[in-house]
Amino acid sequence: MAGPEVKAPPYRELPVPPAVQPGAAEHIKSFVANEKIQEAIGFQGKLDDNWQETHDKAIAHFGDLLTKFRSLRVYMDSCVHCGACTDKCHYFLGSGDPKNMPVARQDLMRSVYRRYFTTAGKLFPSLVGARDLTQEVLDEWYTYYYQCSECRRCSLFCPYGIDTAEITMAAREVLDHVGYGQKYTNEILGKVTKIGNNLGLPGPALEDTLLGLEEDVKEETGFDVKYPVDVKGSEVLLITPSADFFAEPHIESLIGYGKVFHAAGVSWTMSSMASEAGNFGMFVGSYDLLRKIALRIREAALELGAKRIIVGECGHAWRVAYSFWNTLIGVGAGGKDPFAIELQKQLDPRFKQPTHICEYTWDLIQQGRLKFDRSANDHRVITFHDSCNVARASRMGDYPGGQFDIPRNIIRAVANNFVDMAPETIFEQTFCCGGGGGVLSDDLMDIRVKGALPRMEAFQRVVDDHGVNFLALICAICKAQFTKVVPYYGFKSSVIGGVHQLVSTAIKLGNEQ
Amino acid sequence: MTLFFAILFYVAAAVFVLGLATKIVAFARTPAPLLIPTTPAPTTKGGVVLRMFREVAFFESLFKSNLWIWIFAAAFHFALALVLVRHLRYFTQPVWSWVAFEQPFGMYAGFAMVAGLAGLWARRFLVDRVRYISTLSDHLMLALLLLIGISGLTMKFLVHTDIVGVKMFFLGLMHFDIQPLPADAPLYVHLFCIALLMIVFPFSKLLHAPGVFFSPSRNQVDNARDQRHIASWAAKLEQN
Repeated sequence: MAGPEVKAPPYRELPVPPAVQPGAAEHIKSFVANEKIQEAIGFQGKLDDNWQETHDKAIAHFGDLLTKFRSLRVYMDSCVHCGACTDKCHYFLGSGDPKNMPVARQDLMRSVYRRYFTTAGKLFPSLVGARDLTQEVLDEWYTYYYQCSECRRCSLFCPYGIDTAEITMAAREVLDHVGYGQKYTNEILGKVTKIGNNLGLPGPALEDTLLGLEEDVKEETGFDVKYPVDVKGSEVLLITPSADFFAEPHIESLIGYGKVFHAAGVSWTMSSMASEAGNFGMFVGSYDLLRKIALRIREAALELGAKRIIVGECGHAWRVAYSFWNTLIGVGAGGKDPFAIELQKQLDPRFKQPTHICEYTWDLIQQGRLKFDRSANDHRVITFHDSCNVARASRMGDYPGGQFDIPRNIIRAVANNFVDMAPETIFEQTFCCGGGGGVLSDDLMDIRVKGALPRMEAFQRVVDDHGVNFLALICAICKAQFTKVVPYYGFKSSVIGGVHQLVSTAIKLGNEQ
Repeated sequence: MTLFFAILFYVAAAVFVLGLATKIVAFARTPAPLLIPTTPAPTTKGGVVLRMFREVAFFESLFKSNLWIWIFAAAFHFALALVLVRHLRYFTQPVWSWVAFEQPFGMYAGFAMVAGLAGLWARRFLVDRVRYISTLSDHLMLALLLLIGISGLTMKFLVHTDIVGVKMFFLGLMHFDIQPLPADAPLYVHLFCIALLMIVFPFSKLLHAPGVFFSPSRNQVDNARDQRHIASWAAKLEQN
């Protein structure tokens, strides 16, 4: 790919926002989806030749979204340009491009909203910063709405809770609708809807991979840990991101889940039909795709008859599972309609549905059903990165903030050396890894490296002060992103790993061990 | 001038009320199909009421994000609240006792209000990030509010106006019985700017006032696993 060489920005000497550098990131644009990719998921193939047609379709679709999503409607009207969010986005902090400030990113769309949907913007466009939708504006949407990882850090700090993720999703939905989609995300959406997972790994290949994994674990531990697929009547259905099946270090966590189920003596299975926890439908703001992709999980659950649905380590997948599954596919409690009841009566009501693998493991630890040799992790000094979608868009456990404590509790239960990064970079204030929300594409490497800056600064500090050598994660995208990006900051990829990788290292599978 | 201001205030009041009502109805009628509270979020309705109260009474999120903006914004908004309460005496006869008690506070709050506005405006020039996002209307809005504040303070502390006459005028308006408005330049400026503010309110960023109550990231309960939350248009998808 042409363009400047990707280099990590230098660490900031003082923790202050960078000076505004207009246009600093405008050259970073991901590949556009071709017609085949677009049409495979029901979007228009390409932009119309006639601009007016594109313009009219985009405005009409924008108007439609305004009637369907309260978030979009309220957020378009509520911003006062106070500036509270301007230094909160990791992509701005890393690039200095002012259009990566949340308010400015929102304004790319808000300016068009004002022009077409408000009296003030219709009458006095230049007064209120309203502008016509032109090809240039649409290009700008494409560039900067694919430099947003939908991490919601801005929504935490906005006095009105304006969530740029909602606006990014709406903008991408409009772009897709007029035939201007992103190759990376939409290609994956095609794979998951056709084959069942984001990697396009067909059922037989999946079974092969898992058989190989069983052999490896047997060789290493001497125990027959199973990694079953499509076993009807299993107690637990595990839905995990497909990267867990063979990407490093993801697979180490999958090995860990299997060991936890083995040690607990619980029957479990994965599904070849629903071999993907991730749901990129959320990234492009398409309720239809979001629902369609989630429905595979409902079908798999009904077919396999599982009593519990447990979700593996993945940030946005956990958001979709925790926050949206009850709405989309009736996995959860409280539904009174036949659609919801059908699944509710199958699932065990004693447990929260769905359950995060960390909730599950922590539960077993508290019950004393798992035994660990914590010294097995003594070669590691561990810190934990809160994934944005877990931290700010979902929960674990039965109290707000459980999503911060539970993974840390597990780490402390399985290892002796744990330190946290600076308080303003963890918990709900956590920085995105820089690769979430559809940005995890090689053609966006430049912004991915820049966006990782605030996290890497905080990581560097615990490396320097405490000798940290392991960044524990609970998200497939974080794992993939950091593995690729930390070398730019002078670290080896092996500092990256999963929480259940730590569990896997320390867990005792039998008494004789 | 009396007639001009009488008509202006009737129009302004109508635009303000109807415009705002239309917007609020639109906010309320637009469905929120997915649960998107910014977490950690309260798990009960009572918790959400508290969260919202902290947000509108103390600007909790702003406090966490930027202390300078919080100081100026809090000074402006809280002072404005005191000033508005103080002005109730022009619309009530006899004046309610707690409004009478509040008079001196409301009087000096005027200075805090102007100082807060000046601080907010200074940021629009001094901080490069805020300068970048500021539009002409952002500046004009601050100018308008400052004019209201300064003209009000002028009448209180420099050139007194006939406040008994002003009160008669507004009590008259409320009973559709138009009384003469004292002829005073600062008063004209003050009243004209207020009417303008009421008129632009429903069409401007001042919609943040009702907007915050409808913000799904702040007003939703974190109970996704316990309650099924579904919008009417989304429920229809399940019938095919």
